[in-house]
Amino acid sequence: MTTPTVTTAATAAGFSPKTLKDRLLRPATRQKLLAFASLVALMVFFSFASPQFLQADNLVGILQSTAVNGVLAIACTFVIITSGIDLSVGTLMTFCAVMTGVVLTYMGMPLWLGICAAIFFGALSGFVSGLLIAKLKIPPFIATLGMMMLLKGLSLVISGTKPIYFNDTPGFTAISQDSLIGDIVPSLPIPNAVLILFLVAVAASIVLNRTILGRYTFALGSNEEAVRLSGVNTDFWKIVVYTVSGGICGIAGLLIASRLNSAQPALGQGYELDAIAAVVIGGTSLSGGTGTIVGTIIGAFIMSVLTNGLRILSVAQEWQTVVTGVIIILAVYADILRRRSGSKAR
Amino acid sequence: MTQPIVTIRDLSKSFAGVRALDRAQFELLPGEVHALMGENGAGKSTLMKVLAGVYRKDSGEVLLDGRPVDIESPRAAQALGIGIIHQELNLMNHLSAAQNIFIGREPRGRFGLFIDEEAMCCEAQRIFERMNLKLDPRTPVGELTVARQQMVEIAKALSFESRVLIMDEPTAALNNEEVADLFRIIGRLRSRGVAVVYISHKMDELKRIADRVTVMRDGQYIATVPMATTPMDALIAMMVGRQLAEAGHEMPDTSGNEVVLEARGICRGAMVRDASFVLRRGEILGFAGLMGAGRTELARAVFGADRIDAGEVLVQGRKVSIRSPEDAVAHGIGYLSEDRKHFGLATGMDVETNIALASMKRFLSAGFLIDQAAVESAGERYVRQLGIKTPSVRQQVRLLSGGNQQKIVIAKWLLRDCNVLFFDEPTRGIDVGAKAEIYRLLNELAAQGKAIVIISSELPEVLRMSHRVLVMCEGRITGELRAREASQERIMQLATRRETAHAAP
Repeated sequence: MTTPTVTTAATAAGFSPKTLKDRLLRPATRQKLLAFASLVALMVFFSFASPQFLQADNLVGILQSTAVNGVLAIACTFVIITSGIDLSVGTLMTFCAVMTGVVLTYMGMPLWLGICAAIFFGALSGFVSGLLIAKLKIPPFIATLGMMMLLKGLSLVISGTKPIYFNDTPGFTAISQDSLIGDIVPSLPIPNAVLILFLVAVAASIVLNRTILGRYTFALGSNEEAVRLSGVNTDFWKIVVYTVSGGICGIAGLLIASRLNSAQPALGQGYELDAIAAVVIGGTSLSGGTGTIVGTIIGAFIMSVLTNGLRILSVAQEWQTVVTGVIIILAVYADILRRRSGSKAR
Repeated sequence: MTQPIVTIRDLSKSFAGVRALDRAQFELLPGEVHALMGENGAGKSTLMKVLAGVYRKDSGEVLLDGRPVDIESPRAAQALGIGIIHQELNLMNHLSAAQNIFIGREPRGRFGLFIDEEAMCCEAQRIFERMNLKLDPRTPVGELTVARQQMVEIAKALSFESRVLIMDEPTAALNNEEVADLFRIIGRLRSRGVAVVYISHKMDELKRIADRVTVMRDGQYIATVPMATTPMDALIAMMVGRQLAEAGHEMPDTSGNEVVLEARGICRGAMVRDASFVLRRGEILGFAGLMGAGRTELARAVFGADRIDAGEVLVQGRKVSIRSPEDAVAHGIGYLSEDRKHFGLATGMDVETNIALASMKRFLSAGFLIDQAAVESAGERYVRQLGIKTPSVRQQVRLLSGGNQQKIVIAKWLLRDCNVLFFDEPTRGIDVGAKAEIYRLLNELAAQGKAIVIISSELPEVLRMSHRVLVMCEGRITGELRAREASQERIMQLATRRETAHAAP
């Protein structure tokens, strides 16, 4: 205001790019750093506590088990950034696995069609959730709770409550279990499931940060009414977000089916809570508007390192669950502290 | 004669049976700044929201360049070249300034798939320069002061290159320099043939900027007159529709009364900084200031709704510890929030329950059963006393008008024996007739010895009601005026006395 005449260059120079320190002190970055530091600390702790932890087999196991939860958590990240919630991701994953089983085993279709089926039915179900939420104005919690039960029931009905095996589809287990990377670099036998998680994460990250869809995902969570008044069709974009999220659940369905070489119709419930936990631990706020894929992936790894490490230390299953619960509460509290300090800074 | 850009004829709009617009008319010429005036609830904002596609009209017609149009959404309005700056800030706090400005029409880069962030920031930067605004387009909007957020809203509206630009109280949070910048921009727009609709309560601003003025009252069109040749009191008379306000009613002298509440050095974050004040028995104290000046925050801090960082509160001269609203109520302090629906009332419950809600302990029989008969008689007593218009005390509160809802909140705190009452925007969303009654009620309460604080964005309301006015700016109390010496100009002066005006305008 005080300098009326400024040239573009001078103005631009006036805003020195934020220093590294400034960036590190940003609340969002702080939470991510905190999550990453916790992950490292956990790994250091477990590797001292048990020699078994750092063995290649065990690490591959951790990676393998992170893949499914990681992909589901990515799906949830989209929805949670819009300040929504999706409780159906777990049973949707199973439903997609079952539909793949129907296409491949029952109908004997080629492998690629099975893969398409998983993603298609995932997206379709996400689309339905999106319709319920955006058009019928059913709160996301209730709409996806309904979808969770509906899909669980459908999986059981369609499969006749029995697992569908993929023995007739050669190469199906390779989706998750083989290692393309290991074929190229034998010393790195990283399973394909992890490669897929990585690819999905990169794609999701690009979508969130660089595309219109990503921009509206954040904007919806930040102030939906403002977006609507800006002339954006908020209902449409909300449906798109849930549809994309559903499609990603389809990928998770493929991963778990390939890993088990079967579609287990009774599986799935409970996965949604692990996924949501990973998202929250990763610093995505349940009140919407902020979140990152990197954070979510770190969150997913924290969950699986914790489970794996406690198991190696022969901590009883029951206590593992208790610890996980405590971790989730701490993570959410960290989010609240972060937001409180954020609002004070204003 | 030039053809009008916009002509509105016989436009009506109702919300849940309440008629907000009643065959309203409006005409806008290219290259004019057209002021829209009227009391709150006169329908100005509603009329403009219909024009901007936020609301659908019930009946009547909107002509653009002489052709009837149907503006069904904000997007349709944008496509027709109609832009609006809403009274409330409509920003996404997590997104940057540039991202906010271009939401819905982001420039695309390669493959039309990715957002061209660089182009977007450059374009935002260009708009800021045109506005003489020094702001990094990459800053998250949530980190800006309210004044700068308002400037981002204005930048967004300008970026549309609209032919019709509606500004609904755009200067509510701006200081004089920023207002001057805005007026320069409006001047440039006018010379380019853009038609500007300007809604404001600030007469001096309108005198400076407007060519013509349309006055509305109770949802109806009253008249359109040239601004320059119409005397101020003629406009006010049109707005109020009656003889001019009862010539300044007698303000009681309360300066000798005992102090019932004192706040010393209250601090809370950046919103309340070292604020001190005293409140006397029988006094109505007004808090004035621009949007975001920290008035509500100060009240909430004293009331214990938000934790204070520093400072102390004295009730009847004794230092007390107020750490929660519960503590405040125990000391006889009540707070009536601006958002009655969210914080003040259980709207789905009936009148008597709402009145008794804060004093339930008093209605227990046998220690745990609610004495329904006592609740009912207390409810009826206050319905009579405050003149609450309701078919019965069993009526659900949500079915009553805003004015009656406000009275129920007042009844609730009176029943709770509160001697100090904070009113945050006491007449927001209340129609003109009921307003006068709320004013009367507040005066009566003060006469009975209650101490009252009024927080209001409407300066005329503050001036009319307050025995004393405290003015805040950026979290600080910048001045105190007695009723006689208070005027809109004096208050505005104090309300824009910013300490940080140079460092971070």
